[in-house]
Amino acid sequence: MILDGKTPSGPLAEKWDKHRFEMKLVNPANKRKYSVIVVGSGLAGASAAASMAELGYNVTCFCYQDSPRRAHSIAAQGGINAAKNYPNDGDSVFRLFYDTIKGGDFRSREANVYRLAQVSSSIIDQCVAQGVPFAREYGGFLANRSFGGALVSRTFYARGQTGQQLLLGAYQALSKQIGLGKVTMIPQTEMLDLVLVDGQARGIVTRNLVNGKVESHAADAVVLATGGYGNVFFLSTNAVGCNVTATFRAYKKGAFFANPCYTQIHPTCIPVTGDHQSKLTLMSESLRNDGRVWVPKNKGDKRAPGDVPEGARDYYLERKYPTYGNLAPRDISSRAAKQVCDEGRGVGPGGRGVYLDFSEAAKRLGEPVIRERYANLFDMYERITGENPYKVPMRIYPAVHYTMGGLWVDYNLMSNIPGLHVAGEANFSDHGANRLGASALMQGLADGYFVLPYTIGHYLASTPRKPVTTEHAAFKKAEADVNEKTRKFLSIKGKRTVTSFHRELGLLLWEYCGMARNDSGLRKALAKIPQIREEFWNNVTVLGENEGLNRSLERAGRVADFLEFGELMVQDALHRNESCGGHFREEHQTDEGEAQRDDENFCYVAAWQYDGDGKPAILNKEPLVYENVHLAQRSYK
Amino acid sequence: MNLTLRVWRQKNSQDAGKIAEYPAHDISPDMSFLEMLDVVNEELTRKGEDPIEFDSDCREGICGTCSLVINGVPHGAQYESGTAACQLHMRKFKDGEVITIEPWRAKAFPIIKDLVCDRSSFDRIIQAGGFVSVSTGGAPDANALPVGKPRAERAMDAAACIGCGACVAACKNASAMLFVSAKISHLASLPQGRVEARERALSMVAQMDKEGFGNCSNQSECEAVCPKEISVDFIAQLNREYLKTAL
Repeated sequence: MILDGKTPSGPLAEKWDKHRFEMKLVNPANKRKYSVIVVGSGLAGASAAASMAELGYNVTCFCYQDSPRRAHSIAAQGGINAAKNYPNDGDSVFRLFYDTIKGGDFRSREANVYRLAQVSSSIIDQCVAQGVPFAREYGGFLANRSFGGALVSRTFYARGQTGQQLLLGAYQALSKQIGLGKVTMIPQTEMLDLVLVDGQARGIVTRNLVNGKVESHAADAVVLATGGYGNVFFLSTNAVGCNVTATFRAYKKGAFFANPCYTQIHPTCIPVTGDHQSKLTLMSESLRNDGRVWVPKNKGDKRAPGDVPEGARDYYLERKYPTYGNLAPRDISSRAAKQVCDEGRGVGPGGRGVYLDFSEAAKRLGEPVIRERYANLFDMYERITGENPYKVPMRIYPAVHYTMGGLWVDYNLMSNIPGLHVAGEANFSDHGANRLGASALMQGLADGYFVLPYTIGHYLASTPRKPVTTEHAAFKKAEADVNEKTRKFLSIKGKRTVTSFHRELGLLLWEYCGMARNDSGLRKALAKIPQIREEFWNNVTVLGENEGLNRSLERAGRVADFLEFGELMVQDALHRNESCGGHFREEHQTDEGEAQRDDENFCYVAAWQYDGDGKPAILNKEPLVYENVHLAQRSYK
Repeated sequence: MNLTLRVWRQKNSQDAGKIAEYPAHDISPDMSFLEMLDVVNEELTRKGEDPIEFDSDCREGICGTCSLVINGVPHGAQYESGTAACQLHMRKFKDGEVITIEPWRAKAFPIIKDLVCDRSSFDRIIQAGGFVSVSTGGAPDANALPVGKPRAERAMDAAACIGCGACVAACKNASAMLFVSAKISHLASLPQGRVEARERALSMVAQMDKEGFGNCSNQSECEAVCPKEISVDFIAQLNREYLKTAL
């Protein structure tokens, strides 16, 4: 099937204005007659729930955490982009649009990205009005800094806690509506199925994580803002609770999953120290400004870093990429680190790490300067590793931290299922094959504050629906399915823990569908995943009962979904026989090792359709049409 | 290293609960405290015993989910201050050590199971007034109202609170004053939040009392265990803002 993104006609800069005029409105007095379900309370979910409640809709918002303030948006450090051009350095809506399209390696939808750039300024205004304490200059005006993939300073920030402060702003707006009774907030509750009536999304089935109660909730429209699927790799910078369950169950109800193979691997994370590890921690990329990356020249060189003489070190980034050196782009740096470790030259426990060495910079600049620039990062590193980076080089390794793929949505952020809207990292829409730094926060808030409140109104006003209650057979059937699945988990009583399966799947995907992928590796993964899945369903052990707090049971459901979703991700990676952004197929690279796109054959969104268990998903395509930018080889040389 | 854990086990909110002892074998000093508990739980699960329930999510010290009292001190701040339990690592402990692990204990934080408690009272305090009343859209340009750097920095110092509740757990009165004062001070320090400062102070304090949190003990235990090192100076500001409402 060829999908239509429903991009409005007309010149790029006028599309959103024109569309806003053409969309139907709901009479203010009638808004209270409509109900909307929002799943997730991160930047996208909280901002959407608050904004729609302000308009008058009855909103019910769900999160799995014990408070909406704890969603994983909170962990974003660096900042949020906006085309304010406050520094007068030549920024504009078009420049932010272009940088984002190019950063995404020309695999995103032009009109969506342009709208994102257009509303970016309003996000900053809104957040400041909410009391978000952005960094300021001495004159009292907002400070900006620059980020990767841009030559202008357009990133607003609140120390290293920008995500936290933006989320608290949205959480506070949401809290106000909860206090007013316009939002019913249901925390510690997980969505386990989407319910369709007459082909429209009309509600969800949830499990209360505290008492195990399975419940149905009906509404006129459903918004999924449930984040990304990075935890399919087991180890990532995501929170341990992040999961694919909501979006994957929507996929199994007919929503298309777009570009699942687009995953972003961040080059500077603290490496894995052993098989006990539960998550990975990001270290700001800014460290590469003064740190030099190296590994020993010879395989199996176990000497302490200080004992390895200069001649026996391989500063591989400087050697392979003399122009960019240690500041080579993220994807290239990540792949290069993997390569030297694959050669057996990695350092630290398990041999999966490379040095990031500040000794040369400390000699050149003096330790006080290094301390001034990086003290908080050095402290965090020391806390986690127990090593003092002023004395011994840091050890770093790439880790999964964002997923560009997600449920397919049209220009209105509605999936192919009428009424099912998807926002934030959970949708696929704005970042193409690679996301630029400080753009995730921008997209989450753009979707929630400035897009969904309009487009949901249009859907409600223009689509006839029958009255539906949770007594409808579709809800009863979904509840029965959820209960049956829970019963099954508790009755297997096998020998292996849920975590052991998750770890096994993660290692496999990291090996064959991680930083670099190739045909034979992907086929190996495709053969192996069903075997792991089969063992899971026959040999997993989930103790305890349904009627109470039971984390093992929660995890079992999430891992079961990852075991199916992982296969879809590999299928997509195998089909996309080109390299683009975070999807690097070893068969397709330039002489310099850059990703080589195949625009002739792959300039489309791959939107996968569920076709029954055990069957490969069906590929639907949305052709990507570029009317305003010229498709070029992405180069930052 | 090998350790002995003494862990609070409580089936549900009605159960009386008791301390149970578990060995923790082959613990690597590189593990975080929560990863050590993961290892113990994997072992328990393999033996068919119910794993220990504890809260955690981001595991990088920012979400405020983890909530363990370790040898009598929230987040184990006596081993590593200025961080949440998820960023406390086992190298801070000695081989053979006996570690007692308990949940937050406060009337306003009822225990759900084992080490997990219900902190929804904090959310209700924010819902009572911990916000600026501005609806989406119509905000003036972000630079229309300059905010002096010292003021913005002070607001940020207060806004850094992660809402974990360690302050309450550390206080003999189970007072939520540090948490409440952080939000009151954050918003009152900024011109955008100043407008509603009076109503905010009244309604948040009223809700705090209603939830059953105690009064400030003036002993600063809260500051000592706060993973974000929020200063008790903000409690002074809360008192000032509250007193002003009587004028």
